[in-house]
Amino acid sequence: MTATTEQATRYEAVIGLEVHVELNTATKMFCGCATDFGGEPNTRTCPVCLGQPGSLPVVNRKAIESAIRLGLALGCEIAPSSQFHRKNYFYPDMPKNYQISQYDVPICLHGHLDIDVDGETRRIGITRVHMEEDTGKTVHIGTSGRIHGADYSLVDYNRAGIPLLEIVSEPDLRSAAEARAYLAELRAIVLALGISDAKLEEGSMRCDANISLRPVGHTVFGTRVEVKNMNSLRSLGRAIDYEIARQTELLASGQPVQQETRHWDEDAGTTSTLRAKEEVFDYRYFPDPDLVAVEPDRAWIDALRAGLPELPAAARARLADAHGLPREVAALVVSSGLTGVLDAAIDAGAAPAEAAKWLTNEVLGWCTAHDVEPSAVPLRGAELAELLALVGDGTLSTKLARQVLEEVLDSDKTPRQVVAERGLEQISDSDELAALVDTVIAENADAAQRVRDGNTKAIGALVGAVMRATGGKANPQLVNQLLSERLIDGGA
Amino acid sequence: MSLSTEDVRHVARLARLALSDDEIESLRGQLSDILAYAEKVGEVATSDVPPTSHAYPLRNVWRDDVPQPSLPPEEALSTAPLAEDGRFQVARIVEEA
Amino acid sequence: MAALVTQTAVELGRRLAAGEVSAVEVVRAHLDRITATDDRVRAFLRRLDDAALAHAADIDRRRAAGEPLGPLAGVPLALKDVLTVKGVPTTCGSRILADYRPPYDATVVERLRAADVVVVGKANMDEFAMGSSTENSAFFPTANPWDLERVPGGSSGGSAAAVAAFQAPLAIGTDTGGSIRQPAAFCGVVGVKPTYGAVSRYGLIAFASSLDQAGPFARTVTDAALLLQAIAGHDPRDSTSIPRSLGDLTADLERGVDNLRVGVVREFSGEGLEPGVQARTTEAIERLEKLGATIVEVSLPHASYGLPAYYLIAPSEASSNLSRYDGVRYGLRVDGDTAEEMMALTRAAGFGPEVKRRIMIGTYALSAGYYDAYYAQAQRVRTLIIRDFQSAFEQCDVLAGPATPTTAFRLGDKVDDPLAMYLNDVYAVPASLAGVPAMSLPVGLDDAGLPVGLQLMAPLLGEATMLRVARALEADIAFDPTPRGERALPAPSVAGPTEVPTP
Repeated sequence: MTATTEQATRYEAVIGLEVHVELNTATKMFCGCATDFGGEPNTRTCPVCLGQPGSLPVVNRKAIESAIRLGLALGCEIAPSSQFHRKNYFYPDMPKNYQISQYDVPICLHGHLDIDVDGETRRIGITRVHMEEDTGKTVHIGTSGRIHGADYSLVDYNRAGIPLLEIVSEPDLRSAAEARAYLAELRAIVLALGISDAKLEEGSMRCDANISLRPVGHTVFGTRVEVKNMNSLRSLGRAIDYEIARQTELLASGQPVQQETRHWDEDAGTTSTLRAKEEVFDYRYFPDPDLVAVEPDRAWIDALRAGLPELPAAARARLADAHGLPREVAALVVSSGLTGVLDAAIDAGAAPAEAAKWLTNEVLGWCTAHDVEPSAVPLRGAELAELLALVGDGTLSTKLARQVLEEVLDSDKTPRQVVAERGLEQISDSDELAALVDTVIAENADAAQRVRDGNTKAIGALVGAVMRATGGKANPQLVNQLLSERLIDGGA
Repeated sequence: MSLSTEDVRHVARLARLALSDDEIESLRGQLSDILAYAEKVGEVATSDVPPTSHAYPLRNVWRDDVPQPSLPPEEALSTAPLAEDGRFQVARIVEEA
Repeated sequence: MAALVTQTAVELGRRLAAGEVSAVEVVRAHLDRITATDDRVRAFLRRLDDAALAHAADIDRRRAAGEPLGPLAGVPLALKDVLTVKGVPTTCGSRILADYRPPYDATVVERLRAADVVVVGKANMDEFAMGSSTENSAFFPTANPWDLERVPGGSSGGSAAAVAAFQAPLAIGTDTGGSIRQPAAFCGVVGVKPTYGAVSRYGLIAFASSLDQAGPFARTVTDAALLLQAIAGHDPRDSTSIPRSLGDLTADLERGVDNLRVGVVREFSGEGLEPGVQARTTEAIERLEKLGATIVEVSLPHASYGLPAYYLIAPSEASSNLSRYDGVRYGLRVDGDTAEEMMALTRAAGFGPEVKRRIMIGTYALSAGYYDAYYAQAQRVRTLIIRDFQSAFEQCDVLAGPATPTTAFRLGDKVDDPLAMYLNDVYAVPASLAGVPAMSLPVGLDDAGLPVGLQLMAPLLGEATMLRVARALEADIAFDPTPRGERALPAPSVAGPTEVPTP
């Protein structure tokens, strides 16, 4: 670097994401083995997915359908003819030591995804979507459970052959925030389509990032580094920020960035070299002779297009426009997969803002605590509307309503049923409450006196006593009012 | 095409074949001869000719997404040279995938 | 009465159906013949006597109970050891699968069982079907029953030899670049490679996926047609399986060749073609003309590029198909310090030299920088060869020519010269690349008394026409399939159902 450089070169980050989505088809990509989760090792295998000699693949039509639907949702062209290729490399979790994938003729090409960052909409290009099969799972036996330092490894092929879609973006992303927004939106689309549960933490959605820097204003790409092992949106953001900083520092000090693959360490907050990309794998791609061309006809594609659900961008706009929900609330409802429940609740009479509030607070909280995917929450919109109506007409206090909601979610009872069974109707009868209030005042003479003497805050303890005596069912506003009448507004 | 010893070593590595120096040397000669013969295909003008990967043209062969019985795990593992805890055992793996 | 082992499948089937003989007797006669002769022929890697006799007994029981059985029920068959049989060691002639017991049956095996054909043993083969002499078997070579010092051809040498030796009237082999037709020619028997996709490859341990096909060996065309009928047909477990049926393969067998046009390939002549083979081929074609066929000369202009293209395409596919043999899930394992080392040592120890050669060629041809000039170029040449056949078949109904350039060579003659070995298949590979059906029919002997095979080829799904031409020629020639000559295997004695073993 010349000493006469007046200001440090400003770099921009150029980021592309490769995302893998594990499909929720009933069977594997190329054989009829079930894909359901769990199960003892090697109980969901057959000659095909074990790569036994003489076995042959037959493609799962549902996987093709999911690929086309995702491609359509991403604005892609659906290839009139696409082919499967073999990607050849050796690894113990690969039953055939080649992966059946797609290479230069993938099923979907040239799409896009719009993201919103800081109020600005940007269009991110999608290069391709293609189909491939997943590998088995290896467990490393040794001291750390990680691959380095293991004594030996054990392989389970239950996962081998599960269908994957790979979505490759153009290198159009420019920051960690954009990358997060892209991944979140892609995930929301996948959930809306219902083709995967897309859980980053569990591996049904996986993301690798390709990051390079170049001086602002330049068009030539800098040296690309691939980063793997980011298992959450937060990790993705942190890893990208770290990597941008790392590369910036290298370039600023005149050192070159090595082309390589790096591993994100969540605990350390750093990336480290996994393997030098100079050792580029020679995958020796060639068309798989065991599989024939996939040529979806116009009619099928048109039918799938017509059957696409409302996509997240459209849902957000609709919730904001039609129901006046603030953008962030609409976005949260949609990205949580709760649009359907909200729409149904509104249809059943619930106020949109209130329903949205309960969904994004209580309902989402329950889902997290119970490890349930929000889009699969056991709550019908009509039930939520019913619950809100019970609060609205004074039958339930808000606090009790939360308890009722819990039980509605945990069981298949409706709010009315729970209220009836547990006798939770709020006590709002003034006479009934008045008697109780008088009893509590009599039993808590000291506290009552402090209120009369001017310590209005002490009323809380008396309210509490009434609530306890009624098992929480007393209408707290009424209780407060009755107590006030007796102790504050001039009563004996 | 005449192959160098390094060419042969590289290909053997790609193919996961542990070859002795003698084997590498004898293969070098044989592979060079065979490839020289196979290179005859380069004499044919093919600029407008598409490649054929399937002699009998079929398309859209697929199956419905309906589960079929898997092998019982004892059968799946019956061929394993070494197994432990219902899984196929291998020596320690050095490279990450 | 002729010995049972000299009967054709049709004759045996008729006698079994008529109750003149039991399946157990038929099978036992053939097992005895195997015992008497396989020390010299070595056609079998593994005999399945107990299972065969049990199957035969079951057939007899069901027939006695009045159950209707097919025309091949109770007929013995030798199965090339490349097709999976559940629980029975299936080796592909390789050390790497020496003890491999598949957990499933190949579709061909299921169909044979459904037809009640009795598999008497697993037939020897070149390792992973790579070879033209069966000398690449990791276990031992097979001898040609016509001259026990000569090769039976390959890679389905064991299957061809078993049929020629009267050890079984039927056999199944596989053909990728001539591996049914060439041994059929060398052993003086009928061998058919079906249209690619006509017979399921599920359970056919793969060598070159776009070329492999299982097909029948027999001593007569009719037997071969019946066996092909039994195994052919769509299989949903094989994505390359043709949805259409081959149709009835025996209905038109006896129709003769009137008004059929037989094309003679201009390019299948000249250098390397032995005079004896040329002479028998020419005579056979002249016979066809006398029988009423019109002979036309046709050209397959790219035929000479078939073999070079094949030796790029087949090894490329093989290099990928054989990657799975790594000691992890099945087969041989040689321990290593690391998984990578274990794989490399296992493969080095488990594969023979020809297999290694082809894996290396294939890996190279697919590798970065070479793919386009090698593999892709070969696939483009393949397209031109397919077009050549399409044009040729506009001028004729079948093509005829020599199946091989030479008759059977001596054991050991070509093992040190891979290219010389490859040249055996020069007339066979074009049909493999094009996927068209092709067969070899014995049409005579050369001056040394060795069998000569005529190759017939037909358009895609044209088996019925091809078999019909073969049948007409067969009837006219009346070739005696009994091996004879100084170093031939002694023939079965013509005395009663079982043979007295030769001391």
